[in-house]
Amino acid sequence: MSLLRTRGLRGFYGDFQALFDIDVTVEEGETIAIIGANGAGKTTFLRAVAGALACDGAMVEFDGHPIGGLPAHEVVRRGITMVPEGRRLFPSLTVEENLMLGAYSGRPGAWTLARVYELFPALAELRRLPSTSLSGGQQQMAAIGRALMSNPRLLLCDELSLGLAPIVIRDIYACLGAIAAEGTSLVIVEQDINRALDASSRFYCFQEGRVALAAACRGFDRAAITSAYFGL
Amino acid sequence: MAGFRVERTTRESRWFGGFLLLVLLALATLPYWGGPGDMRLVSEMAYYLALAQLWNLLAGYAGLVSVGQQAFVGLGAYAMFYLASQFNIHPLLALALTAPIAAAVSVPMALTMFRLRGAYFAIGTWVLAETFALGVSLIEPLGAGSGMSLTPAIMRQIAPDRDGRELALYWLSLAIVAAVCGIVYLLLRSRHGLALTAIRDSEVASDSLGVDTFRTKLMIYVVAAACTGVIGGFIFLQKLRLSPEAGFSVNDWTVVVIFMVVIGGIGTLEGPIIGMLVYFGLRQLLADYGTWYLILLGAVAVVIMLTAQEGLWGIVARRFNLHLVSVRRRLIR
Amino acid sequence: MNWLNILIQGGLLGGLYALFAIGLALSFGIMRLVNIAHGDFIVLAAYIALALIEATGIGALASLVIVVPLMFAFGYALQRGILNFTLSGGLLSPLLVTFGISVIIENVLLQLFGADIRRLHAGAIETDSVALGGIAVGAYPLLVFGVAVIAIAGLQFLFYRTTLGRAFRATSDDAQTAELLGIDNRHLYAMAMAIAMVFTALAGVLMAIRTTFDPAAGPIRLIFAFEAVIIGGLGSLWGMLLGGMVLGIAQAIGAALSPTWQILAGHLAFLAVLVIRPSGLFPHTRD
Repeated sequence: MSLLRTRGLRGFYGDFQALFDIDVTVEEGETIAIIGANGAGKTTFLRAVAGALACDGAMVEFDGHPIGGLPAHEVVRRGITMVPEGRRLFPSLTVEENLMLGAYSGRPGAWTLARVYELFPALAELRRLPSTSLSGGQQQMAAIGRALMSNPRLLLCDELSLGLAPIVIRDIYACLGAIAAEGTSLVIVEQDINRALDASSRFYCFQEGRVALAAACRGFDRAAITSAYFGL
Repeated sequence: MAGFRVERTTRESRWFGGFLLLVLLALATLPYWGGPGDMRLVSEMAYYLALAQLWNLLAGYAGLVSVGQQAFVGLGAYAMFYLASQFNIHPLLALALTAPIAAAVSVPMALTMFRLRGAYFAIGTWVLAETFALGVSLIEPLGAGSGMSLTPAIMRQIAPDRDGRELALYWLSLAIVAAVCGIVYLLLRSRHGLALTAIRDSEVASDSLGVDTFRTKLMIYVVAAACTGVIGGFIFLQKLRLSPEAGFSVNDWTVVVIFMVVIGGIGTLEGPIIGMLVYFGLRQLLADYGTWYLILLGAVAVVIMLTAQEGLWGIVARRFNLHLVSVRRRLIR
Repeated sequence: MNWLNILIQGGLLGGLYALFAIGLALSFGIMRLVNIAHGDFIVLAAYIALALIEATGIGALASLVIVVPLMFAFGYALQRGILNFTLSGGLLSPLLVTFGISVIIENVLLQLFGADIRRLHAGAIETDSVALGGIAVGAYPLLVFGVAVIAIAGLQFLFYRTTLGRAFRATSDDAQTAELLGIDNRHLYAMAMAIAMVFTALAGVLMAIRTTFDPAAGPIRLIFAFEAVIIGGLGSLWGMLLGGMVLGIAQAIGAALSPTWQILAGHLAFLAVLVIRPSGLFPHTRD
């Protein structure tokens, strides 16, 4: 049984349909990537899984149980946490307070404040500063750390590399490897194909709200990906 | 763009316009076929409708939710009383003069109050009205705490006998409500109306498109103030007696008006009409039950804001796709 | 005019005004909801205490033991059951709904208790005075001021040292992201209103011992709360106390002239701050 399975997932913003019959699976312990151009529906998909977008109960199954339509805070309790696009740290809180808030749902697990600081030593030095005084890369680390504090079984990462310098992106993806090694399953959404594919075992390519391509990453022809990416 | 034209009026709006004209004519002749209390009642309905249209203009279109319009009711009344008593100006002329006076006072008020946003603006306008009321009650020439009266001598300038005065004031009330509704209607049909709709939808977006939101809102506030001042002057011209509590009463001039607009349908021109009729209907029905009708009004307003923000008229309009007053432009091929 | 007396009296009155302000500021700060019925809830608390006292004979201050939890529960239910649904309706919805609730409460109180002016009594403490450095200061105003200081210190602790407080601040920043981290907004907002009601209940009972009240006494309390918040500056907890004190002192100066001048002076102080320094005298950073 897959950890996460979506069946015919449809997502709407009002009358506008953003997702058409998405079938995606994530096995326990896997890291998969979802790639696609802007507006392809990647973030919408994550939001639907995370409970931030309304959808029918049966369309999203987690650990065999339907979770579609559950409110986001309930989905976190079940074990799925999202690192939202644009980091979205809380400006009124310090770095450490942001991290501590991640543990609000009270899920037990290996990720504690100490473990997060071990993973991101830079954050430990910045812990008492307001989160607004961090650089982009540091904010991204803090956002990931905050999500980890909820001890998720499945971590959804929305566009981690957005607006970051390549060297910073490299460091962050290195940490993702460490996270996956703990047994956490990951869904990585990216516009930057290479990073995402290097970090994952399988990938889905979204195009205009549909799954245009789904395959294993290893040895796959990049040219074919480009066609699917742009809908050619 | 050949082959297109912009249309304003629809068949329903033409029909409704004609209907309104008929109603107005019928009401104008009321003195000749109605009962004694009827004229007073219709006068009251008229000025409440006028107040409701103005509050709706401010809150429903300009996004300025004011809980302090009673400031202008009292201001207009005091201005009119003072001009008529102290300067021996003809009461009707004094009434007309309240418009520029209220408009002038409203400008510094707006400049101060516009620093507050949203609900804080609402409470701020309320504080300002209270300030006026308290201030007036300290001014001796305005009668201080006990207020002012209009002497028979002053009233005789309108008409020599009481019946004549009643007739004159009744027609004046119809003229005022027609004028106010006309002003509101024309404003909304003009490019200012278009600006207001844009501001209502998104102030930030409007700003970035070059709509001068500040000037537009200021203009609307001043127009509403001027009209409300005249209405205030008229109300107390009828009552003959003015005191700070009566002139600046939030319950009489704001609470009731807000209920009318909310229940009838905020943001539409038909709404205040419906709301006014519902209010007076309920008041008649529950006349013997004291405060119950206010409790009921409050409950209805709460329910409507929670379930059908468009109000009673909005429900009807949506159901039947009916727009009786046309302020929008439609592109016709 | 005895200036020292005015400063002390007005300053201590500021404690009561700060208590008025807390409930209003809490619901605005966390939920962007301005509760027009706030003043009426203060008065409601006073009437609940009155009913309790008349029914059981307990003391006014003792009645707080029941009134506070009652208002806590009421606030939670009100927010969860009604006000939460106004939050997505733009500016008009919460304002007009709380406006309607205000009118309902005033008239229900009028129906139940009549228009007579009431007062709660707390015994000797009302007239006792305490000697502070050679000056006689009213014991009761000092008590109220003390309660206000403890209340604000408590809130400071709540917001900056507890998980709930962190959740409040986070939700106030970004409710959507807070939800994505497991915070149930509906419950959190209800808790915020419940806590606001605790202070409102305190304010109501303490006020009723000091001054008279009637069903229509709500609106002016809302105005005092609002003025204290604006003078102090949005977003600042201790600023509310200072704002309340400025308001109290302005009123004390006015009171030396006449009762009308008392309230008018407060309004003028508020308007002056609005014109000269719109962000308030002691503003905190954020909106």
